[in-house]
Amino acid sequence: MAPKLPIFLDNAATTRCDPRVVEAMLPYFSEKFGNSASRNHKFGWEGEDAVELAREQAAALIGANPKEIIFTSGSTESNNLAIKGAAEMYAKAPVGQTGRGHIITATHEHKAVLDPCKRLQREGFDVTFLEPGEDGIITADMVAGAIRPDTILVTLMWANNEIGTINELPQIGKLCHEKEIILHTDATQWVGKMPTDVERDCIDLMSWSAHKMYGPKGVGALFVRRRKPRVRLEALIDGGGHERGMRSGTLNVTGIVGFGKACELCKEHMEQECERLVKLRRKLETELSKRIEVTQVNGHADKRLPHICNISFGFVEGESLMMGVKDIACSSGSACTSASLEPSYVLKALGVGDELAHSSLRLSLGRWTTEEEVDFAIEQIVKAVEHLRTMSPLFDLHKEGIDISKIVWQAH
Amino acid sequence: MAYSDKVVDHFQHPRNVGSFGTSADVAKRTDVGVGIVGAPECGDVMQLQIKVNEQGLIEDAKFKCFGCGSAIASSSLATEWLKGKSVDEALTIKNTQIVEELSLPPVKIHCSVLAEDSIRAAIADYRKKNGVVAETTAAAH
Ligand SMILES: Cc1ncc(COP(=O)(O)O)c(C=O)c1O
Ligand code: FES
Repeated sequence: MAPKLPIFLDNAATTRCDPRVVEAMLPYFSEKFGNSASRNHKFGWEGEDAVELAREQAAALIGANPKEIIFTSGSTESNNLAIKGAAEMYAKAPVGQTGRGHIITATHEHKAVLDPCKRLQREGFDVTFLEPGEDGIITADMVAGAIRPDTILVTLMWANNEIGTINELPQIGKLCHEKEIILHTDATQWVGKMPTDVERDCIDLMSWSAHKMYGPKGVGALFVRRRKPRVRLEALIDGGGHERGMRSGTLNVTGIVGFGKACELCKEHMEQECERLVKLRRKLETELSKRIEVTQVNGHADKRLPHICNISFGFVEGESLMMGVKDIACSSGSACTSASLEPSYVLKALGVGDELAHSSLRLSLGRWTTEEEVDFAIEQIVKAVEHLRTMSPLFDLHKEGIDISKIVWQAH
Repeated sequence: MAYSDKVVDHFQHPRNVGSFGTSADVAKRTDVGVGIVGAPECGDVMQLQIKVNEQGLIEDAKFKCFGCGSAIASSSLATEWLKGKSVDEALTIKNTQIVEELSLPPVKIHCSVLAEDSIRAAIADYRKKNGVVAETTAAAH
C-alpha cells in the first residue's frame, strides 16, 4: 500500500498527539474546567483529581513518587528551573560575587541547557563544557575527570536530540551520588521511549516534555528528588505557591491530563514499540548506507535511541536534499537551513567535518511510522542523492580521485 | 519557508548541468573559463564554466553546484542568461536580477551573490588564459 504523503519523519522535533490523549483531555476544556487550586467546590476537586492522576501516571513512568513531579510548560522550562534553581540554592557565594560554584555540562547539549549554563557563567559560576568523543557519548570517566571540590551540579542529557546517542547516565548518576553532587538530566528524548527508574539510575532532577511522546505541546515535568538527597530549588516563577512553591501559576489542567495519559500509553507500549522502531531504524540505516556510497551514520553505532537516525551523504548539501525529498518531513544539520548560517553545533562537537555536517539529514521515527513509509523514504532519498550528485562539483572531484579536504578553497 | 515555483522548476529540471571535461582538461583549454566559488565548509560550492567562441560570444555554459535549492536555481538560471552573451555583456548580470527573477527571500540573497561571483570568476579565468588583464572586482559581500 502506498503511504499517505507527506511522511512525517521528524518525531524528534515533535509528535502527533495520540487520539487517546486528545480524548482524555476533551472534558477538561468546557465541562470539567475547574481550577485545581479551588479547594471548596466540585469544579476545583475535579481539576485536582485529574492533576493528581496525571502526577501518578508521570511518576509511574519513571519510578518516582508522585510528590516528586513538578508540572511545567515543557522541557525548556524544566531545564531552566532545574539548572538555575539548583545553582542558586547550592551556590557557594552570594549574588554578585565570583566563585559561586562549579557546574559540569557538555558542548552538544540542547540550547535549553546551554543557554541557562551560559547565563550562570556570566553570573559568577564556573562552567565546564565537556567535549564528547567522535561517538557523541559523554562517559562517567569524562565527568569524573572534570569534578572539582566546588562542583555543585552536573547537567547532562540522557540522549541527544540530533543524533540519538545515549550518555552513560546510570554510571554518571552513581558517581554524582558518591560525590554528593546534584545530577540533572534533560531526558526529553529518552523518557517514554526507554525504561527509566530514577531510583536505580540515581537521578536527582529530570526534565521531560509531553509533545515528544505523543502528548500535547506546552506541558512537561521536572522530577525533583525528595529523599536521599532531598533536592531543593530556588523558584523562578513566584506567585501563588503552586507545585510545592517551585512553580507558581494556575495549572494547565487540560495539558497535564494529556501529559499523564501520554505517559501511561508510553509505559504500556514501550517494549514492543522500542523493538519495532529499532528494526525500522536499522533498515533505514543499512539500506541507505548500502545503496549510497560515501554515507556516514553519525554518532555511536549501537548506544543510541531506537527512533533517531542522523546520516550524512557526502557531496550533497542538506537543504537541497530536503528539497529533493519533498514528500518526507525531516530536518538537517546544514547551515542553509539554520537562521545563523552555521552548520549543526552538535555534529561539529563530534568532530564531523563541516562539509559532512552540511550534508546531514535527521530522520526520526515514531508511533505511527510504518515499514511502507520507511521503504518509501529510502527510495526517495536514494533518488534525491543521485539527482543532486549529478549536479555536485564535489562529487566530480571525488570521482576524479581528488581529496576534497586537501583543497584550499578561495574564501568569499 | 516555501520556495518559489521558479526555484522548484530549476531544482527539478536544472538547465545546463555539467562541465566541459575533467578539471585537468578544462584547465588547459583556452576557450573555456572556469569559476569556482564558495567552500564546502560554508555549505556552498558553485562551479560555472563558459565556452567562448572566436567572436567572443559565450556559446555554451555549464554549472555544478553544492548548495541549497536557491543556489542551484541561481546557477542554473545564470547559465541560461549567459548563453549568447558577449563576455562584456555577461559582466552586467547582477545578483539582484537573479533575486528578482527567482523571488529569493532575504536569507537567500547570498546564494545569488555566489552566482554573480562565479560568473565573474569564470570570465576572469577565461581572460587570464587569453592574456587579457582582469579588471573585474568581485562583488563584496
Ligand atoms: C533534548 C531536548 N531538550 C529540550 C527540548 C525543549 O523542549 P520543549 O519544547 O518542551 O521546551 C527539546 C526539544 O526541542 C529537546 O529535544
Ligand atoms: S547555499 Fe546555503 S543558503 Fe543557499
